[in-house]
Amino acid sequence: MKAVCWQGANEVRVESVPDPTILNPRDAIIKITSTAICGSDLHIYGGYIPTVQKGDIIGHEFMGEVVEVGREVNNLKIGVDAKRLLPGDRVVVPSTIGCGNCAYCQRDMWSLCDNSNPNSWLEEKLFGNVTSAIYGYSHLLGGYAGAQAEYIRVPFADVGVVKVPSDIPDEKLLFISDAIPTGYMGAELCDIQPGDTVAVWGSGAVGLFAMISAYMMGAEKVIAIDRFPERLEMAKKYAKAEVINYEEVNAGEALKEMTGGRGPDACIDAVGLEAHGVGLEDFYDQTKQKLKLESDRPHVLREMMVACRKGGTLAIMGVYGGFVDKIPLGAAFNKGLTFRMGQMHGQKYMHLLLQQILDGKLDPSFVVTHQLPLAEAAHGYHIFQQKKDNCVKVVLKP
Amino acid sequence: MTSTGDRTTKTTPEANEMERWASLIGGGAMVLTGLSQRSLKGVLTALAGGGLVYQGLTKQSTIQQAQEALGINKPIKVEKTVTINKPADELYRYWHNFEQLPTFMKHLQSVKVYDAKRSHWIAKAPLANNVEWDAEILEDRENEFISWASVEGADIDNSGFVRFKKAPGERGTEVKVVLEYNIPGGGISAALAKLFGEEPEQQIGDDLRRFKMLMEAGEIATTEGQPTGKR
Repeated sequence: MKAVCWQGANEVRVESVPDPTILNPRDAIIKITSTAICGSDLHIYGGYIPTVQKGDIIGHEFMGEVVEVGREVNNLKIGVDAKRLLPGDRVVVPSTIGCGNCAYCQRDMWSLCDNSNPNSWLEEKLFGNVTSAIYGYSHLLGGYAGAQAEYIRVPFADVGVVKVPSDIPDEKLLFISDAIPTGYMGAELCDIQPGDTVAVWGSGAVGLFAMISAYMMGAEKVIAIDRFPERLEMAKKYAKAEVINYEEVNAGEALKEMTGGRGPDACIDAVGLEAHGVGLEDFYDQTKQKLKLESDRPHVLREMMVACRKGGTLAIMGVYGGFVDKIPLGAAFNKGLTFRMGQMHGQKYMHLLLQQILDGKLDPSFVVTHQLPLAEAAHGYHIFQQKKDNCVKVVLKP
Repeated sequence: MTSTGDRTTKTTPEANEMERWASLIGGGAMVLTGLSQRSLKGVLTALAGGGLVYQGLTKQSTIQQAQEALGINKPIKVEKTVTINKPADELYRYWHNFEQLPTFMKHLQSVKVYDAKRSHWIAKAPLANNVEWDAEILEDRENEFISWASVEGADIDNSGFVRFKKAPGERGTEVKVVLEYNIPGGGISAALAKLFGEEPEQQIGDDLRRFKMLMEAGEIATTEGQPTGKR
């Protein structure tokens, strides 16, 4: 089959690789019909995620058709319409891999699964504990082959897929795999009260879905912070957000003005470790990261901590991998802020979000700006990273 | 302690007193012997021998005492604990069938059980130089504790125990494993590397993780054999 293989920083190539096979009894093989390039794939593309190896198949946001199931894949154990999973079924697959039986999966914290990462020792050394594996997201996080390919092996398929109807186009369903539940979880972590103002850093797919979700949960006002006019336009148009372009105005001061001097009640980081700042601070982070003196650029984190109202909540959904410098902990401490974060618990949210789509309350297809054949993946990565051609979301068609 | 029936019941206090002393003295002697051997096997033998002493000892942390005892000869000793989301009896049952251990213990090739006490173990080593030994169960408490040790003639003298303890709340069972290897003569690190690679502690930890995966998820997560591009 053809697959997108990582070659080194800022280089991917579509190569011919062997087809995946069933390796464990609960596996299924899925023929991929649509797979997206996620913002967090850019961290891998850019070479910022440790333990990615040359030749690794990347990608974790995908859907497709079941072509083969292992002998232990019987009834789907999650969801309202639990049914037998059979070849031919159309499914969306969450990016985090959960076993369904450990203490964390059973408490609906799927991205903290104890059992899906075969390289747990590596993560245990770095993070002190093991978290769930993620498709195509480094050997630290399991080393599973990714989804930007024609076929993929899905472990724990009985709890690891959601069946979807066949008469709805891929573009409406694909983002249940990752971007929508990530944005939704960001809003949920904020514990939004009616009337709250929620600020969202980053107006990519996750940020946009976080804004939409914040309104679903009772927010009165949503403010989007980004530097690309086309993204801010989308935030205005599809998420009814007020917008701040941080390259034009000081985001912190603007947020104060827009919230009566209080600051937003909740702040969501939908950017992660490659955040851009302005001026000296940005120079500091960029330089330290290049010199490998810090692994992540925490510009958004710093800005959120200072901007948030007293007693407010920060939800971090953008990916961080290691160490950050110069965090204004004094601000966070004295203002009594709450920090909540984590990889999204896909299996917890997917059925609910599918229902929203089936009911016509949510149509996420607006985020797709580019649809390319899998063979053009390298071009897709390039324009997404460089934000060329107004690129917000690339969907690859194997 | 095992007396039943009316006649013996009447004399129970005295008999118990007698037995307590007997086991204290006997057990104490075994503990002393064990500690003087400065090995986990010695301590385990001692613990198996002295019920009451065992109680006292465990309350004072068996491990710490064992570690202190083991300080001088420096045999290779590893300990690891993992919490498994299953009741103790289920885990105990699986483990007690020693022949199933190679399913998750990567360094083992096979275990053959002879009878209730004795078994034969073969560990993998490079160049077909397998390491073999006969092991004997020293103490076996249902759903709680199993200890064992190699008997005379082992290629590598070794001993260990596994303990199953209910975790607080609804968190399953804490499974603790302590293993010790006494490698004769020099070349300890070479022999050990044969058995466990560079880091025995990590290997045992991985074995326990695989045990947890098998018990909870019904399979051991793997990426071996999956496709990849040119390295």
